Amino acid sequence: MSEQNNDEREITLTVNGKTYRETVETRIHLADFLRLQLKLTGTHLGCEHGVCGACTILVDGEAVRSCLMLAVQANGSDVTTIEGLADGEELTPIQKAFSEHHALQCGFCTSGMIMSLTAYIAENPGADEEAIREAISGNICRCTGYQSIVAAGVAVAAK
Amino acid sequence: MGMRYFGTSVQRQEDKKFLMGQGRYVDDIEFVGMLHGAFLRAEIAHAKINGIDASAAREIPGVHAVYTLDDLGDPYPDKPMTTAYASPLLKQTICQHLLAKDEVCFVGQTVALVVAESRHIAEDALSRIVVDYEPLPAVADCRDALDDDAPPTHLGLESNLVGNFYGKFGDIDAAFAEAAHTFKVDFHEHRGGCHAMECRNIITNYDPGKDETTVYLTTQSPFLIRRLMARYFEEDESKIRVICPDVGGGFGPKNGPYAEEFVLAIVSKQLQRPVKWIEDRREHFVATNTQGDQMWHMEIACEDDGKILGARGRVIHDMGAFVPYGLLLPATSVFPLPGPYALPALDVTLDAVFTNKTCTSPVRGAGRPNAAYAMERLIETVARGLKLDPADVRRRNFVRKDQFPYTTGGTLPSGDPAVYDSGDFHSLLDMALYKAGYPGFKKRQAAARQEGRYLGMGISSCIEDTGFGPYEGVKVKVQPSGKVLLQTGAASQGQGHQTVYSQIVAEELGVNIESIVYQSADTGTVPHGVATAGSRVTANAGPASQAAARLVRKKALKLAAEVLEIDEDDLDIEDGVVRAIPESGRNVNISLGDLSFKLTPLMNGKVPEGYEPELEATSFTSSTGVPHASGSSVAEVEVDVETGEVKLVNYVIAHDCGNMINPMLVDGQIVGGVVHGIGNALFERMVYDENAQPMSMNYGEFLLPIATEMPPIQVLHQETPSPHNELGVKGAGEGGTIPAANAIIAAIENALEPFGVVVNDHPVDPQRICELLDAAQDSASAA
Amino acid sequence: MKPGRFTYHDPTTIDELIGLLGSLDDAKLLAGGQSLMPMLNMRFSQPDHVVDLNGIDELAGITTNGSALKIGAMTRQAALLKSNEIADQIPVMQAALQCVGHFQTRYRGTIGGSLCHLDPSAELPLIALLCDAELQVAGPDGDRSIAMGEWPLAYMMPSISESEILKSININPWPQRHGFAFEEIARRRGDFAIVGVGCQLAIDNGVISKAVIAIGGANQVPYRLTEAEEALVGQPATDDVFAAAGEVARKQDAMSDAYITAAYRQRLANVLTKRTLATAAQRATGE
Ligand code: FES
Ligand code: FES
Repeated sequence: MSEQNNDEREITLTVNGKTYRETVETRIHLADFLRLQLKLTGTHLGCEHGVCGACTILVDGEAVRSCLMLAVQANGSDVTTIEGLADGEELTPIQKAFSEHHALQCGFCTSGMIMSLTAYIAENPGADEEAIREAISGNICRCTGYQSIVAAGVAVAAK
Repeated sequence: MGMRYFGTSVQRQEDKKFLMGQGRYVDDIEFVGMLHGAFLRAEIAHAKINGIDASAAREIPGVHAVYTLDDLGDPYPDKPMTTAYASPLLKQTICQHLLAKDEVCFVGQTVALVVAESRHIAEDALSRIVVDYEPLPAVADCRDALDDDAPPTHLGLESNLVGNFYGKFGDIDAAFAEAAHTFKVDFHEHRGGCHAMECRNIITNYDPGKDETTVYLTTQSPFLIRRLMARYFEEDESKIRVICPDVGGGFGPKNGPYAEEFVLAIVSKQLQRPVKWIEDRREHFVATNTQGDQMWHMEIACEDDGKILGARGRVIHDMGAFVPYGLLLPATSVFPLPGPYALPALDVTLDAVFTNKTCTSPVRGAGRPNAAYAMERLIETVARGLKLDPADVRRRNFVRKDQFPYTTGGTLPSGDPAVYDSGDFHSLLDMALYKAGYPGFKKRQAAARQEGRYLGMGISSCIEDTGFGPYEGVKVKVQPSGKVLLQTGAASQGQGHQTVYSQIVAEELGVNIESIVYQSADTGTVPHGVATAGSRVTANAGPASQAAARLVRKKALKLAAEVLEIDEDDLDIEDGVVRAIPESGRNVNISLGDLSFKLTPLMNGKVPEGYEPELEATSFTSSTGVPHASGSSVAEVEVDVETGEVKLVNYVIAHDCGNMINPMLVDGQIVGGVVHGIGNALFERMVYDENAQPMSMNYGEFLLPIATEMPPIQVLHQETPSPHNELGVKGAGEGGTIPAANAIIAAIENALEPFGVVVNDHPVDPQRICELLDAAQDSASAA
Repeated sequence: MKPGRFTYHDPTTIDELIGLLGSLDDAKLLAGGQSLMPMLNMRFSQPDHVVDLNGIDELAGITTNGSALKIGAMTRQAALLKSNEIADQIPVMQAALQCVGHFQTRYRGTIGGSLCHLDPSAELPLIALLCDAELQVAGPDGDRSIAMGEWPLAYMMPSISESEILKSININPWPQRHGFAFEEIARRRGDFAIVGVGCQLAIDNGVISKAVIAIGGANQVPYRLTEAEEALVGQPATDDVFAAAGEVARKQDAMSDAYITAAYRQRLANVLTKRTLATAAQRATGE
């Protein structure tokens, strides 16, 4: 390992509909890139080892853990983060359901939960409670006990 | 005035920003010139430090400074921290230096700090610091700490005893002498750590012009931290400002002081730069206080019908390596012991001992879940020993409705006698049993056993002393714009304080909830606050919000009566407008905003005679005694006797937290608490090896509850108002956690009754259940 | 918890990759990243070079070649799970895939990554072993083929050198009519299993004509329960017969660690062997 070795790349990607051309240090993971470089701090880091799901975002429509991808790997991708869901002030059905069902307390897991459910319900409309539970089984929430999150997910999937 | 807000499930005011990714947690805040810190932590549980060489680390480009304790400068090498809660019962109050001096006593202890351009660079430098450690023997298990041959946990210590805590009342000797039956039971309780989804995070920003340090901190207690820092630094309190932005969960361990914020304050001042430190998850496992272990050896005396005469025993409590938190955890493990039961005599001694592990301090419920588990274990032991229905044993021993206020005979940590204010424990239990299908369960269980399926049901009942005082400050101020400023000192980590106190103020004052502007947890803007801990906020800030709003209302009505030339009694406030009631025959009104403008000095002529400026009031009104919440839980499980797996089939909790301000938020607290308790019963286990080296430092090995493993949780409410405050409220933050472990463990034991399996220790995992099944089978075949 | 410094490489062809591997010292291959990225973040792994395989299109995808299925090493677990070929021809793999992590990790995780990481309790190495997969490995001296049975050398150590790359996994599916089952015991949904068992059975007129059983998590590397496989052939598909196979599983050596004892692993190997065989038999006979 050489300290002088500052490996950088230029990448181009779309985040929440906006195209960015950025120089990134190649060791930066995607979550840090979004947070530190694009100042999109709605994506949270809860473990940085791929278990808590707080960092979940959509890459080309698929829900992935952004702490387990290098930023440079998102070159050419279309990324959606929590900041990109609402249409202006108009929240998506999942965002609204979270509030109606009190599916968030401290809000730290919330971005990841919503991104997971957004991707899952898009792919599995009509998902039942068991499926919704499984869909968020890779997202840890320490506050809510999950029940209200599941209720919010089921309510939206049933629509 | 109609009841528009109180008692209704108002959606949270704070939600929208989080839903849109606009929450502002410490790590989301940036300052120009900000540097990033990374701590070097002890890798050995107990060792002497012979030297630290940080020269290679200092050479890395982008590194601004590396600090060891000596580098912090005088007086810090000779100035350890002090405990947040001193007590005469503490025999040895060892607190750590901000960075290790010449010895490390647990893995995770702060040894050095690197400050660099980025966290990445700071971590590059960490690996270049060379510490010359000389390993020393360590104590890993609190059960061994007081053994004659136990090594000292700190160099030069004669005993590893931190101090004792006692729970004693009644004539215990007589109870045991007269008892028809006595039973003994030993059990080991382990509770996991904090694991808020946001770890502990800090930014310190020193402003040389003002000679003032602002600390952005994920704390539950900004005012406590400011006071402790000011005392430690011998600094004027106004020179330290502690701000809690959005905080991603607290659960107890974010309540107390940690070395990191002190170090960062010093470093920001020395470097004259803002410095950020973000605790990463691996650090969190060892650097953030956890709750740890307790070993209970108990004995109970009772009559033939299960009526309890007395309980006695000894508890060994793991303090970890230092005492940042006094004896708060031991105290809360012992004084709530009688639980909901009319216990005639108690004699319990707790030995708090040092180990070479992470420091311990309260986690959701503090010692109460431990105490509740202990008492419920005794109930189970009696029921099993006398072949009685565990529900009946509880009923026979509950404090009866007609006994309130009930004086237990014990004392609170404050020294005041413990008095239960209100409740109806019998009806709570019946509600829970009925909902869980307890009456018909035996039949269902027998049928399932025919098919080789093992169902079980377990009960757990508890009380919770909530809202410990003395107060929480609330200020309410109507502004000329008509907006109402509501300030409290209490920090929120997700409980929904903004919504709850806005509900109270909006209702009391007569304004729309949308017109309330909420500020909290900033020692720079809010006059005074205490802490968000021990389910205390609602029972303190609730009454204070109501009282402050009421004072403002009074003032507004009086002034409006003068301005409108009408009798005060003919006025009411609705939607922020003071207007004549129809019965007065007049049709006049004035908005609260306009009234506030009249009280603004200089802006609007003379402030009317007899009024203080501003339409505002501050209150420290709190509960006049300790409101006791209560609850009974019933869990149903199915155990696979081939694999030991436990499936949680159903969980019912009947809960009484007095009047509910916002039932939806109460349910949220209860369900979240239950799941935390289920984690304690079945999942969360921090494993250390025999050298006190932590083994479970990732979320694949330390298991938190996840959605698929949780049962449906049904929450039932009974509202017995607390007489201690006008709102009739009690705390609700921990009532779900406290009883959960026994309900689950007892359900497993009930399922495995045909095999004679008794679990006792928690957490219990499938492997352990199989071992117990095998052992039961062996002893059956031996007999 | 931030990765140390490394130099990043993103070859686009296998030839380029092989050339690169020959020239680099201390390189790590980055496939789906679901195991390597946590190691990098935690600095348990601090390579000088990271070689990203995600840009090599020829490494991904499922193709059929006569009766055999060829699965590119960089095929994502999510793609496998959605594949009709897999569902039709190797249903036991589909069953196992549902237990691999969570849907979010399956979007990135790859079959080749799992086989090279070779965690003893991972599902896909177990399935590859069960299905007698042949692995295609490319290296500076050309391609070679290796049977999955020879692939694990020791705990988390596959039979591949630093200059080589796993190209594809080739499986000859069983003829259409057979029974299969996969079951694992994990503490929570999506966790690494403590023990997992997969099996396939062919039954003719109530008599077992062919049986394969693979067990993962019980020992340092996944293994085939050959003794039971042989004993099952010619036997009727009854609970007693399956219980005997379970007993064979229980007698195999097992590992123990800070959390799980060998005895518990053996117990689970027994129970799961018995249970998966019963399920597979039901499926084989269409009951
Ligand atoms: S931060 Fe990425 S999974 Fe936890
Ligand atoms: S709301 Fe706090 S972690 Fe989920």
